[in-house]
Amino acid sequence: MKRYFTEDHEWIAVEGDEGTVGITDYAQEQLGDVVFVEVPDSGAMLKKGNDAAVVESVKAASDVYAPVSCEVLEGNDALGDEPGLVNSDPEGEGWFFKLRLEDKDELAELMDEAAYKEYVASL
Amino acid sequence: MSEDMPDQDEAQPIETQTLPLDAWHRAHGGRMVPFAGYHMPVQFEGIMAEHLWTRERAGLFDVSHMGQVLLTGADVAGPLEQLLPGDLHGLKTDRMRYSLLLAEDGGILDDLMITRLASTAPFGMEDEGGEAFYMVVNGAVKYEDISFLREHLPDEVTINHLEDHALLALQGPGAGDALAQLLSGTDALYFMQAGGFDWDGVPLWISRSGYTGEDGFEISLPAADAERFATALVALDAVKPVGLGARDSLRLEAGLPLYGHDLTEQTTPMAGGLGFALSKRRREEGGFHGHERVLGEHRDGPVTQRVGLLIDGRQPVREGAEVVDEGGQAIGRITSGGHAPSLGQPIAMATVPAAFAAIGHRIHIRQRGKDFTGTVAAMPFVQQRYRRASKGS
Repeated sequence: MKRYFTEDHEWIAVEGDEGTVGITDYAQEQLGDVVFVEVPDSGAMLKKGNDAAVVESVKAASDVYAPVSCEVLEGNDALGDEPGLVNSDPEGEGWFFKLRLEDKDELAELMDEAAYKEYVASL
Repeated sequence: MSEDMPDQDEAQPIETQTLPLDAWHRAHGGRMVPFAGYHMPVQFEGIMAEHLWTRERAGLFDVSHMGQVLLTGADVAGPLEQLLPGDLHGLKTDRMRYSLLLAEDGGILDDLMITRLASTAPFGMEDEGGEAFYMVVNGAVKYEDISFLREHLPDEVTINHLEDHALLALQGPGAGDALAQLLSGTDALYFMQAGGFDWDGVPLWISRSGYTGEDGFEISLPAADAERFATALVALDAVKPVGLGARDSLRLEAGLPLYGHDLTEQTTPMAGGLGFALSKRRREEGGFHGHERVLGEHRDGPVTQRVGLLIDGRQPVREGAEVVDEGGQAIGRITSGGHAPSLGQPIAMATVPAAFAAIGHRIHIRQRGKDFTGTVAAMPFVQQRYRRASKGS
């Protein structure tokens, strides 16, 4: 399983042609206490960069974008009752949705973990 | 991911200024954002934790961006009563009142706290006799307020902007005990009373007031001593620094409007739900800016009204969302909104037509193409816990 990152602070963990998406630890730290998450419906078809989810912290609402073009397989229902999982375990239990990749070549446009670390350090 | 709703005022002046505690906030882990023209701490350890800490113990807020103004002269109350609908002649020494600065048409230019002083000596000014009032106005409009006062008050009233003073707020059920550890005598103050104190040679002007719905104090002191005093306060177990983020969620739960958001120049006192700021004698006598319109609305009711809303579900509605009627037509606007940490659900304030303002009325809201519902609720959302003097004292 390999993990990729976007400049908008989403992560995607890829296994075969399926992936899991969430927001990074840096992103949850910037947002502060998350109080609501809206995940996409299964079956939704998303193009890379489309609005995929909404995350609301105490102070603001933010959009989460699809890191790749995909079909949504499943949203994380646990976030409905426990949106704080995004803060406590952003790159684990706080995942947003699972997907099937439409075009694996799009992954080449994303950062790997080392590149993302460097990117965050530059902010 | 992108944040599409700013957590600060959109209109920024050319250069953001720093406040006396700027370095202190950074040293204490404050995350600084531009607000009202200044770098201000939006949070320290986290908005939710700071909010709940303030409701349980005591939070220290830096509100030095607010305007502190002294008004002195042989007759101040008389001319000032033309601009404010509060009874200033009847305001006793060391007592304060919430009031409104009114434009000539009765629209609200700002909301403020005003205290009658025995003398200006606690602020390091030479006392010249006559009347003296201390006013605290909103930071975002303080220069406009001062210009308006200069324009409308006679030359015999001296206006002094206390730019060399910091303003701290200590708020929460633990605030009284905490302050008593540093000073003696503050326990004698009840809600909306004020007085001069001395801490280690530093003159403090302390009022029992605030904007969180909790018991607490606002403390004005020379800017040069602010760091030392703030450090002494947070050294106490009950006190932690709290940022603007929690200040906003606390005041929203307390049902307190924020100028520039829930109140604007288009809001009249009655539309703002601020009828209590129209003192009895002033309602009978009038004689203030816009009094015909304002008193007409006091009698017949306003056209629109500021209301509190409990929002269904878990997703907050924010300032700018539209209140719509059954047919989807915009009829009002959300003026503040967010998650209420003490209630664990979203709440909001809105401006709606008077016919929609009754407690229990169901309200439809549209935000970013999505429909929400809510119910008009009594404010405050969270019980206020001021330390009030018993009647007659």
